[in-house]
Formats: sequence, C-alpha cells, structure tokens
Amino acid sequence: MAGQLLQPGYEENKLQRVSKLLPCRDVQSSMLLALMGEPEQYSYPSIFIYGHRATGKSHVIHTLLKELDIPYATVTCVECVSLGLLFEQVLFSLFGPDSATLLSRSPSLSDFVRVYKQLCVQNPAKQTKYIVLDRAELLRDMDANLLPAFLRLQELVEDNVTVILLSEIVWDKFRPNTGCFEPLLLHFPDYSKDELQQILSEDSHPSYSTELYSAFINILLGVFYSVCRDLRELRHLAALNFAKFVEPLESGKVNESETHKLWRNIEPHLKKAMQTVYLREVSSVQWEQQMEKEAGAVRGLSAHGHVELPYYSKFLLIAAYLASYNPARTDRRFFLKHHGKIKKTNFLKKHEKTSNHLLGPKPFALDRLLAIFYSVVDSRVAPSASVFSQISSLVTLQLLSQVGHNDQLDAPKYKCAVSLDFILAISRTVSFDIVKYLYDFL
Amino acid sequence: ILRQRFCHQRLPEKPMGIESQHKHLLELLRRTAVHGESNSVLIVGPRGSGKTMLLKCVLRDLLEVKDVNKNVLQVHLNGLLQTDDRIALKEITRQLNLENVVGDKVFGSFAENLAFLLEALKKGDRSSSRPVLFILDEFDLFAHHKNQTLLYNLLDVSQSAQAPVAVIGLTCRLDVLELLEKRVKSRFSHRQIHLLSSLSFRQYLDNVILQLSLPPDFADAKFFEEWNDSIKNVSEVLHQVSVCKPSIKPTDLLEASRVCVADSKANILHGLSVLELCLIIAMKHLSDIYEGEPFNFQMVHNEFKKFLQRKSQSIYNFDKPVVMKAFEHLQQLELIKSVDGSTGKIHKEYQLMKLMLDHNQIMEALQKYPQCPTDVKQWALSAFG
Repeated sequence: MAGQLLQPGYEENKLQRVSKLLPCRDVQSSMLLALMGEPEQYSYPSIFIYGHRATGKSHVIHTLLKELDIPYATVTCVECVSLGLLFEQVLFSLFGPDSATLLSRSPSLSDFVRVYKQLCVQNPAKQTKYIVLDRAELLRDMDANLLPAFLRLQELVEDNVTVILLSEIVWDKFRPNTGCFEPLLLHFPDYSKDELQQILSEDSHPSYSTELYSAFINILLGVFYSVCRDLRELRHLAALNFAKFVEPLESGKVNESETHKLWRNIEPHLKKAMQTVYLREVSSVQWEQQMEKEAGAVRGLSAHGHVELPYYSKFLLIAAYLASYNPARTDRRFFLKHHGKIKKTNFLKKHEKTSNHLLGPKPFALDRLLAIFYSVVDSRVAPSASVFSQISSLVTLQLLSQVGHNDQLDAPKYKCAVSLDFILAISRTVSFDIVKYLYDFL
Repeated sequence: ILRQRFCHQRLPEKPMGIESQHKHLLELLRRTAVHGESNSVLIVGPRGSGKTMLLKCVLRDLLEVKDVNKNVLQVHLNGLLQTDDRIALKEITRQLNLENVVGDKVFGSFAENLAFLLEALKKGDRSSSRPVLFILDEFDLFAHHKNQTLLYNLLDVSQSAQAPVAVIGLTCRLDVLELLEKRVKSRFSHRQIHLLSSLSFRQYLDNVILQLSLPPDFADAKFFEEWNDSIKNVSEVLHQVSVCKPSIKPTDLLEASRVCVADSKANILHGLSVLELCLIIAMKHLSDIYEGEPFNFQMVHNEFKKFLQRKSQSIYNFDKPVVMKAFEHLQQLELIKSVDGSTGKIHKEYQLMKLMLDHNQIMEALQKYPQCPTDVKQWALSAFG
C-alpha cells in the first residue's frame, strides 16, 4: 500500500522508496514530512513523538532522515551515562570527527552551546539539521536544565536546528516545574490486528508460499494478540515457531491447504511458548532444541521446584511460611495439642477482609520459627547447631530473607520469600498437609 | 514566511499590544547607554507572553541610534546554560573580551576572575567607560546559585556610582523577588515590567489575523467562520495548521484541533492489549472499593481471577507469570507507580502501587477501544454506577 508522499524539495523516487519501507505508517510519515518542509526552511524547534513500544517511531524517523539525505544526529539516551557522551555524539554526527575534540573533558551545557555556535560559524549551512533523542524519558533524570535547554535549542544556538524527542511516556509527565517551551506532540498509534498481520506477513520464508505464512500469522495472532501487541515480540515468536509449524508439511503428512490439521498441531506448542519463551524463561536456542527433541518438560529459569533440600530444611521452610502468613495469635490454636477456644471478637471480623496472602509475608522472630518448627516436625529433634546452620543456608538460597539490622545477632528476624505453589509442592514431598495449618484457608 | 514567523520567531516590526512596556524599557536603556546611568529592571510574564521578543525589539531600536551602537557592550547570559556562578563568570569575561581571555580558555580561579572583573568595571567613571548591558535570561535560575554571588555583585555595581551598567532580568515566575536574598533585594531597584496577556478573544483574533495576513485574502474570510466554532487551544492549532499544510483549509483546521486536543493518555490506553486492559479495570475496581488505598499485584490478580470465574467466556485463563509481565509493562509505561518508590526488600509481587489514571480517562478509552470483548466492557461498567 504505497501511499502518496508528496513534498516539494525532495525527489519523487526517493519519496516512493521511503513509502515502501514504511508500511501502514503513511499518515504519520506524511505529517512528519509536512513538518520538515523544504530543506532550507525553518522547522518547529522541538517535536515530541510518543507511542507504544515497537510502533515504529525510530524506524520511521531514521528512514525518512537517511533516505532523504538530511543532516541529522541520533542519540539513544540509554547509552549516555554522562552529558559529555551526549554532546560528543551530537557534534560528531553533525560536524564531523574533529569537532568533538573542541569540548573540554567534562563539558557543561554552556560549553556545548558555545562550541556549537563556533562550528556553525565555521561551516555555515542552510539546511535544517535534526537532532533525534531516543528514549527521551531518561533526560528527565539527568540534569534538570537539560530538557528545557534542548527544547529551546534553536533559540539558544541561533541556528536552523530541530530537536526530535522519542518516548513511550506521555508528555504530561515530562513537564518541568516552571514550565518550558512546549513542543509539538505527535502520537504514533499502535497497529491494529490487520496491520500487524500485514507487516508480519511481509517477511515470509522463501520456500513456502505467502498464503501459508499468512495463515500461520493468523493463528499466531489469535493466540497472542490478547496478551501482547508488541511487534518485535510477535516477530520473534513467529520466527521461532514457523519451523515447527511446517514440520508436518515437510514430513509429508499434511497438504498445504489443510490448515485445520496444521492448527491442531501447532496450538499446544504456542501455548507452551507463551509460558516459556514469551516470558524469557527459556532462551531461544533452548527453545529450538526443545522443538527438535520434543521430550520432557521445559526447564525454565524460575522452575525451582526442582530444588532439593534436606529433610529438616524442608520443614524449616514450611515452618517459616506458616510463621509469615499466619498471624501470631493463631499459633496457639494450630500448634498446641490442647488449646482453648479462641473467641472471634468484632475487631477480628473487621480486619478479616484482606487475607494475608494478598498483603505479603510478615517478618517473624527466630524464636517463633523454632517453636513452630518443633511442633511441626513429627520426630523428636534436638536443637543442634545443624538446625541453625540450615536456617542461614536457606537465607543464602534466598528462600528466606533477613529483615532488620545486621547488628541484632541474638534476635534476628526473617521473612519467607517463597510462593504458595512452591510450598505446596514441598509439603507434598514430605506428606504434610499445609493447607490445614494456614489461617487464610480455614 | 509563515514558517519564519512561527518557527524561527522573527521579530515583527512593531510589537502589538505592549507599546507602553516597550517605551518604558527603551527609555530606561537609553538612559544607561547615553547618559551613563545605572539601572536594573526585571521583566516578568508567563511563558510565551513575549518577553524575549520585547527585549529584542528594544535592543534593536536602541542600537539604531548611532553613537549608542559604537559604545555599548552586551553580555547575554542564560540561566539554563550557566548553571553555576563559575561558568557564568567565565562566560561574562569571554563575552566582554577582557584581557585574561586567550583564545577561548579563561585562566585564573573564580575569585581572581571576579576581582578582575570588578576592577575593570570600577576603574571607569561616568565619562570614560563604556556602558554594559547584562541580560539575564531565566533569572529565577540564577537565584538558585550558591550565595547568589553573581547577582549580588552585578547589582552592587549597578548601585554604586561606577561604570554604567544595566541589569535586565527575564523570568516567568511572578514571585521571583521572594527568591532573592535580602542584601540582593535591597540593591535591586524593584523596577518590574509585567507582561500579562490580558488580551480579549477579539484582540487575540485580530492579532492572529494580522500575523497570518500574508496569504491571499480569501483565507481570512474562511477563518472568521471557523473561529466561531469553539476551538480551544487556538495558538497551538495555528502552529499545527500553518506548519503542516501548505494551503489552509477549514477541514484542516478542525482536524488539527482534534489532534491537539486529544488526550494523550487515552491514546496510550488505546494501544494496550486486552489482558492489560483487564488489569487496569481490576485496579480501578480495587481503588473504588478501598477508596484510593494503594494495591499490589497479588490483589489485582485476585480480582482478575474472580472476574474470570464469574463471567468471562472470551478471556483465556492466563498463567500468573504472563499476567505479571503485563503488569510490568503497565509499570514501564508509568500508568502505575509505586507508592514509596523503593524497590528494596519487598518482593516484586507485593509492592504497593497507585494507579495514575482517572476514572473518566478509562471510560473514554474503553469507548474507543477497538474490538473490546463485551464482557470486559460490562465488567468495567458494573461496579461504577
């Protein structure tokens, strides 16, 4: 869908090439071209472009600037840990490699403006220059004067330059306290489902037909669209799973037109992919190997249900979980053999709305942990040093976390850092019914 | 030409609506330049009210007088650039081309430079030294420097009978005098020029038409009709229209106004996936039920699961980590923010967050959301009533 990008001052064929490279973004690119105007004209001092990840903001800008041979400098603010790096990159791109040496060791904004003015005098140019700052939200965290100065750069250096800021976050969050020169705001809307389909179908595999690939993309979008709309992630998933999709075709079991069977084949894989590759628990290399082997469960990064703990450590962990998630006053009821009745007062009833599982683990003292531990372990166990050392090894494994000052050596406090599923798995291995002891599940 | 007017901020021949201020300032500066009288003045006005424009017009008019042009030295300082007194002092010595500037580098420490500068300014008396105009842009930022030494010294020089010096400050804060220390404030002559934009709509309209009056006359007639429809951000609309379209048409005007007025947060909400949208609705419900108390991921997930059990047929029951990833995406977009800002020891799932969106924004976004499943919409509308 090559739209018509018309702008006097630029060659026809260049514009056509640009519009081919930017599918589904005709409206935005034509607006940008109109803003830029003819090369010698002045343009608005600053433009702010915002939109979701992977909506093509940097892609559109860079394609336009490169194809139309406009002098520009592009800087990703993530790379610039210091101001000097930012300034050097800008000067380097706009004025050539020698210009960066004119800056002092740790330049301030004042030095930058001065050097810029000098260089402008040395190399006068009529064409508009552009400075593109990607991930501009990081500019807010740098010096407070940097963002307002960049917005006014045209005024400060008295040259034909325009600053373009790209970001995911809306402009309202950028505004400094006393206000600043307001840039033009441009929104890059997200791609609709059809547009995503169109763009993804463009990079089809050479040995298969485009209809097949479009069918595959359709299936993929059906599974993933409600979760993720990021073009980059979808592309990654498509590339990884296409091999699996065409596997029955290669082995000759199925024809190209029997999409139903192909769908049935690929669907469980896509579901598995959602749990693993999408969450980056498994790297792409591992995923591809998995596809070939087709055996066994996929071991993800956070699948530490396979962690093997010694017998007493498991009980310590269970005791810690109970200590974290049960309020202290209910210990008596759970763990003593002959407990009295517990009256539920009105006070209790009001605060029972939010269960402890929603609020998170609470800290507990070492004594409480040991008390619960002794009542939970069925055999008699002596309080030896090995028990205590197991507690500290649990802390090192980050299954427990220590809370409070390191100085409190005689009464340390801990918090349990495991989830309910994990502790259920562990208690199953020691055949201990933990749900009976949890206050929230009474 | 239009581009130059809007983008490059070229000076008009005559500033509109602020003739009295113009005259006042011009008179003041003329007195410094010609008669050698020291002055200080502050130009105060909100952003975009034309302070820099006024100053430039005045300077241009001033320099037209021939003998002034030869004599007067100008030093331009900007609060955004010179964030420190040391840098400011170097800039002053550089701009005045004083003797200890060799090429670009300025030698000597801060104290020496200051002493040298003051000496140089002090030596001349009224007849033999050149008047210097110090123009300080973003004056309020200079007041944040340590001890306000620069301001103190400049205003001190302007008060004592030495070289004629005029200090002109431009700022957008009305309370800028509160920022000054007592000793600095006492040396300031308390002359302020206010540029408050008190134009009525009609006057603004005339102003605008004058600015745009270079294109052929038929455009003006069309404008008159269009203005009668309510358009909110008039100046922004103009910028957008004049810059974007080579020929101005009424439809373009309406389109541009729609683009400018559109709520940017609603735009972002439009791009979220269905899962993320459900999370936001869950958060909204939680905030309503608990009256604005912060929530954490577990609570939101719980609420979402309740919805899935009760109603939904169209939403698949996603695993918890997938929901967590959607939650983190929302956090990255800064639609939710953590309450205490510390990511220290609290587990990721239990950290308290606040929703940064408004009730109306969410409802509006829901209306515009493409292919929103109906049960999600009903869920959103259910508890609000």
